[in-house]
Amino acid sequence: MKLEGKVWKFGADVDTDAIIPARYLNQSDPKELAKHAMEDECPGFSTEVKEGDILLAEKNFGCGSSREHAPLALKAAGISCIIAKSFARIFFRNSFNLGLPLLESPEASEAIKDGDRVQVDLNTGEIFDLTQNRKFSATPIPPFMQELLRDGGLIPHLRKKRKQSTKKT
Amino acid sequence: MKTKHPMTITEKILAAHSGKKAVVPGELIDVRIDLALANDITAPLAIQAFREIGAEKVFNRNRVVLVPDHFTPAKDIPSAEQCKLLREFAKAQRLAHYFEVGQCGIEHVLLPEKGLVLPGEAVIGADSHTCTYGGLGAFSTGVGSTDLGAAMATGRLWLKVPESIKLIYHGKLNPWVSGKDLILATIGDIGVDGALYQAMEFCGETIRKLPMSGRFTMANMAIEAGGKNGIIEPDEITLKFLKPRAKRPYKIYRSDQNAHYANAREYDVSKLHPQVALPHIPSNVKDVRECGKIEIDQVVIGSCTNGHLDDLRVAGRILKGKKIAPSLRLIIIPATQEIYWQALKEGLFEIFLSAGAAISTPTCGPCLGGYMGVLAAGERALATTNRNFRGRMGHVESEVFLSGPAVAAASAIKGRICHPEEVVRK
Ligand code: SF4
Repeated sequence: MKLEGKVWKFGADVDTDAIIPARYLNQSDPKELAKHAMEDECPGFSTEVKEGDILLAEKNFGCGSSREHAPLALKAAGISCIIAKSFARIFFRNSFNLGLPLLESPEASEAIKDGDRVQVDLNTGEIFDLTQNRKFSATPIPPFMQELLRDGGLIPHLRKKRKQSTKKT
Repeated sequence: MKTKHPMTITEKILAAHSGKKAVVPGELIDVRIDLALANDITAPLAIQAFREIGAEKVFNRNRVVLVPDHFTPAKDIPSAEQCKLLREFAKAQRLAHYFEVGQCGIEHVLLPEKGLVLPGEAVIGADSHTCTYGGLGAFSTGVGSTDLGAAMATGRLWLKVPESIKLIYHGKLNPWVSGKDLILATIGDIGVDGALYQAMEFCGETIRKLPMSGRFTMANMAIEAGGKNGIIEPDEITLKFLKPRAKRPYKIYRSDQNAHYANAREYDVSKLHPQVALPHIPSNVKDVRECGKIEIDQVVIGSCTNGHLDDLRVAGRILKGKKIAPSLRLIIIPATQEIYWQALKEGLFEIFLSAGAAISTPTCGPCLGGYMGVLAAGERALATTNRNFRGRMGHVESEVFLSGPAVAAASAIKGRICHPEEVVRK
């Protein structure tokens, strides 16, 4: 699976309050959440981000709360993939559960610049910066999580498994 | 019995819950869950996930707990709608543990208080501070709503066995130094990703003397160092806490002497003074005496970190017979209804009210910038909560400082961040 988009670059330790402030958590509509994604960190983000764009960050992206509203807001805003030096644990799980791929690549996180056009191959973990004409590799996505992405997230994955098991019985 | 595979307490609990003799860090396992928890923010998405899977019944109506605590009593119409979803789901599923306003409290203080989480158990919650229950020797960790929705249906969750790190504390605590200061100092030392994906095992003679409230506070903030869970081996103090509360049998696990740790750090706490985390990250920690003159507009004493009865008692000792600075608001929020009652009976409310404090019904409220004390632009708060990210308590140009209840109460009197000794002798 290949993705391509413009890069939005952020720093280290971007927390879930920055991704989606708690004041918007009195509801859970993805479209509403998307309107406020990153609004304190980068005003105007949600109106300028294009479908397929890629988010790039330094270490520990998504630290803080367990709110799934964070990856949900980014995904609904159009973000197709996040590349970072490292991710906070719950954010990592949540993203794959929602079918939003994450890639860990310290080199890419450092070298890729804000606004670059980047292509990502999820199968191989290769990241290609089209603007700089440079290639980077990311830690390969574990097979189980690749399966989650192929199925579109944990829910469709479990639904599929339920169907398979009822067929068998 | 000598084991061939020495394990940490975390590994033992995970092995027992995945039907294995032994587990090793990095292993992906399918874990049987003893309890699954969600709140008014995370449950609506979890319920949606539960339905989308096609599940009809929760795996066990006694082991799924819903606590509407973040924006309750409902702060606005959308919050009320979210709470209604929880209420209807709890009713339809005949959940044994749904807590309505009036019997409710902040989830992570409420569950141990009600005896719903016990040593040796595997607990997950759609809330990052679910790691709190490690304070009594359980494996507990936060997950997102989709994971929780799936676990409500299946009673299971896939997990990667974390590496463990050992944090050893020696020495006697100075006056006014508490579990909060220990954990703040630790996060200051290792950083907000210092224990990323790892189990933080707290031990040493200082921990053995720490009351349950302090143990919960420490395990609670494991997530602030990126930890998967925080954990403390149960002892006499744990058993005493559990005696009137536990309603089902439980098992105590201890780490093997030769268990493997990815890292170990030792702290001599005898010279430790109260700690403060400065904006905008919990690892930006300083000794309170090195903070300089920081004037504050609001003090909040409460949250799942420091809304325990012990915390309110500490605040009471400092505020007794005193008045808060006229320039400042002090908001005190007992974490649960039971704590609220007890504080009232002990005369703490009289102390707080005479000092000029506002006392709120149990809620997360201001901790996450929800309501009941949200900050305006340029305002500065000192809170006993656990996160001070930019905009956490309100306007993105406001600031949050974190401390234990002693520093918070003393600072409310002075109007600036100060050592409790400036206000009262112990
Ligand atoms: S008190 Fe704060 S940190 Fe604790 S559960 Fe509530 S919002 Fe989360």
